[in-house]
Amino acid sequence: MSEIVKEPSMLLQKEMIARNYEAITSKHETGRKVSSTFVPGNLNELLLCFDIVNNLPEINAIQNGMRKLSGNYIMDAEKAGHSEDVCTYVKADIGMMGAGNIAPNGKPFPKPDVLLLSYTGCYTFMKWFELLREEYKCPTLMLHVPYEGDGHSTKNMRDYIVKQLKEVIIPGLEEVSGIKFDIDRLREALRNSAKAEDNLVWVLESGKHKPSPIDAYFGGVYYIGPIFTAFRGTRDAIAYYDALRKEVQARIETRQGPITPDGSNFNDQRYRLIVEGPPNWTNFREFWKMFSDEGAVVVASSYTKVGGMYDLGFRHDADNPLETLADYCLGCYTNRNLPTRVDILAKYIEEYEADGLLINSIKSCNSFSAGQLMIMNEVERRTGKPGAFIETDLVDPRYFSAANVKNRLESYFQMIEQKRLGTAKAA
Amino acid sequence: MRCFIGIDLGSTTTKAVVMDENQTVLGRGITNSRSNYDTAAAVSKQEALVDTRLTLFRRSLEAVPGTADVAEAVLADLERNFRHIQFVEQLEDLERTCIGNVKGPRFAGREKPVIEALAETFRRLREHSATQFAPGFRRKSDFFRDLAGGDFMHNGEAVCREAGLAFDLILNIYDKSIIKVENRPPAGDIEGKFVRALEMESLDQSLIAAPVKSALSIPLEETYVVGTGYGRVRLPFPKEHIRSEILCHGLGAHIMYPGTRTVLDIGGQDTKGIQVDPAGIVENFQMNDRCAAGCGRYLGYIADEMNMGLQELGPLAMQSTKQVRINSTCTVFAGAELRDRLALGEKREDILAGLHRAIILRAMSILSRAGGVKDQFTFTGGVAKNEAAVRELRKLIKENYGDVQININPDSIYTGALGGAAFAVRAVLN
Repeated sequence: MSEIVKEPSMLLQKEMIARNYEAITSKHETGRKVSSTFVPGNLNELLLCFDIVNNLPEINAIQNGMRKLSGNYIMDAEKAGHSEDVCTYVKADIGMMGAGNIAPNGKPFPKPDVLLLSYTGCYTFMKWFELLREEYKCPTLMLHVPYEGDGHSTKNMRDYIVKQLKEVIIPGLEEVSGIKFDIDRLREALRNSAKAEDNLVWVLESGKHKPSPIDAYFGGVYYIGPIFTAFRGTRDAIAYYDALRKEVQARIETRQGPITPDGSNFNDQRYRLIVEGPPNWTNFREFWKMFSDEGAVVVASSYTKVGGMYDLGFRHDADNPLETLADYCLGCYTNRNLPTRVDILAKYIEEYEADGLLINSIKSCNSFSAGQLMIMNEVERRTGKPGAFIETDLVDPRYFSAANVKNRLESYFQMIEQKRLGTAKAA
Repeated sequence: MRCFIGIDLGSTTTKAVVMDENQTVLGRGITNSRSNYDTAAAVSKQEALVDTRLTLFRRSLEAVPGTADVAEAVLADLERNFRHIQFVEQLEDLERTCIGNVKGPRFAGREKPVIEALAETFRRLREHSATQFAPGFRRKSDFFRDLAGGDFMHNGEAVCREAGLAFDLILNIYDKSIIKVENRPPAGDIEGKFVRALEMESLDQSLIAAPVKSALSIPLEETYVVGTGYGRVRLPFPKEHIRSEILCHGLGAHIMYPGTRTVLDIGGQDTKGIQVDPAGIVENFQMNDRCAAGCGRYLGYIADEMNMGLQELGPLAMQSTKQVRINSTCTVFAGAELRDRLALGEKREDILAGLHRAIILRAMSILSRAGGVKDQFTFTGGVAKNEAAVRELRKLIKENYGDVQININPDSIYTGALGGAAFAVRAVLN
């Protein structure tokens, strides 16, 4: 395969990510502190208040998956005793540590100064940090976020989180960083977040156009990069989303689709899909091509909401700084119950005028995958649009069977086509 | 006449169906997929066209007073003669290929006796071929490789012994050559061969020659071909001519049984549960994940483990008197369980019955994920021919879904190709 073609905003983001890895790996020279934390419900604005650099193990696993390194790391972790069925992000991380803990910039990752665990629906995150704590012997700050079991949050839940922020998280970060918490600094970061979030939502909602100027899954994972990682709350993120918005606006004006992995404009969009579940990273481009080759564009996805459901109206609010952090953590996709996920996906099908729902079920992720078939059946029932189910993995190349996935996808697209032709013609 | 063709390039066998524009099946053809999908597609299509000619002969003969009664016998003779001509043609190809392979240091100075031994072996093969295609002879296989191979071993060994040559010499040539010949579709000219087959016949020419020749004069125009199955991308036609097996099995099952609402297809590599609407349009499907446990290949593996033919598994399992529980549909683990049960002294037929149940249990899980079993339920694919699998399926469907009508067509193996052919008709006529 030829070199992947990148849109200008992707190149901009690449530079930002490289800069963050540089900041992490040069901590001994700069004296900055480093935290490890997870994407869903992360507290980046708070970390910015303490000059703490943000390192995200899931993102490292994704990077290693896309760079074809995760397979060996996973096998190494299995040799160390981790089961085949355990989350492969965890094993890719553990394996990477065993292989020298080298960051994508070629320099070793330093030990984190703090593990900041915002617990938003993934039990594995807790166990993962247990392993890291054992390895690094560094302080762990846990923010417990109540699960939205009834589909909504309550004042009690919010108060509970704010209390933890005040009594545990902020004092803990002050101690690690040696910097006194300044709420005005947090407000400034939150204002920056909200600006970037406005543009992100605009970009993601542009999928309602026909042709869609974006791919809200394969392209979408790039669009969410800065906002869900170390850049939310920064001026860099504002600049990125301004640039991205202009890029997408230009495509809307010329009625162009996004760029395909081959570098052509994806204008011949035959199928509009909603996708649920994370993508496969080890065969990302091959996977993407299976869609673009068949003219299938993803107009909305749930994965681009794992770190925050901004399109449902939430914005970080500088006037209520701690409360807004609580609301953000409570509302991220992984913290929502199954009926809410069904509601969201059914709504996307209607609003984005999609042809159907495709679920990519992740073999090693029980948190995300449990109940997905039920979700599909229910969304099908409500919308009357066909669903399909494929199975791959996050970063374990052994779990990606190209022939099987392609067979199912092609069948699904043809099934949509056949349904469009209608009963009269098919009989 | 306009012909619409569906080709199902499966992992084990390749099937073709020829239809007319009224969606009437004219002919069916099947071959092994080998490692060469191009040849498999060409051979299965050729076989289906041969079968189409036979259908046209039947129609033609039945329309003539006095021939209707003898039509089936005439057709049987014609087909046997045709197959014999085709077989001899392939034998000649094999002989030429073998002789062409007599070269290199291994044969230095021995070329002449080796070529003579080959020529004599093939002479005997040709002579014996008449017996293999004689009326009443039960051929063990219809594949050229199987027919020619057995005879070559037998005659070649005798010829070499008589000539004082090592059999290994010509066996090695045969092994190299049969692969080449097998991967070349038999020469075309189906009509010419039928004319020769007709002339070989001892039947009353004056009565049947005219109707047969009249049927032969109908041109078979390949109007539209649709491909499906794992090898579909190999087919030399545009993407619009390709349909997934899921759609083809759904539509094929609908054509066979219009009341079909749920389809189970157990093929070589996949098990699929498919829901179709009253028009045969696929509404939903589920299939096995990347692991092909419990698919047709599982039975092939078990047959190898038991040192039996694939076709013998079902009948032996039917003799079981006691259910041995086999938990694993994983091909490798099932082998381990099989060995374990044999070591414990369990009977082969009881173990086999357990293995068939394991396959069907896995299929039941896929069916339930696809939305359960609705009336009518149609079982398609190669495994539908296996009576032990069918017995377990009937039991489990009854237990789980009650009295659902279960359809199993004797031509179930052609379901995918049938759906493909129907798509071909629709592509042109709609």
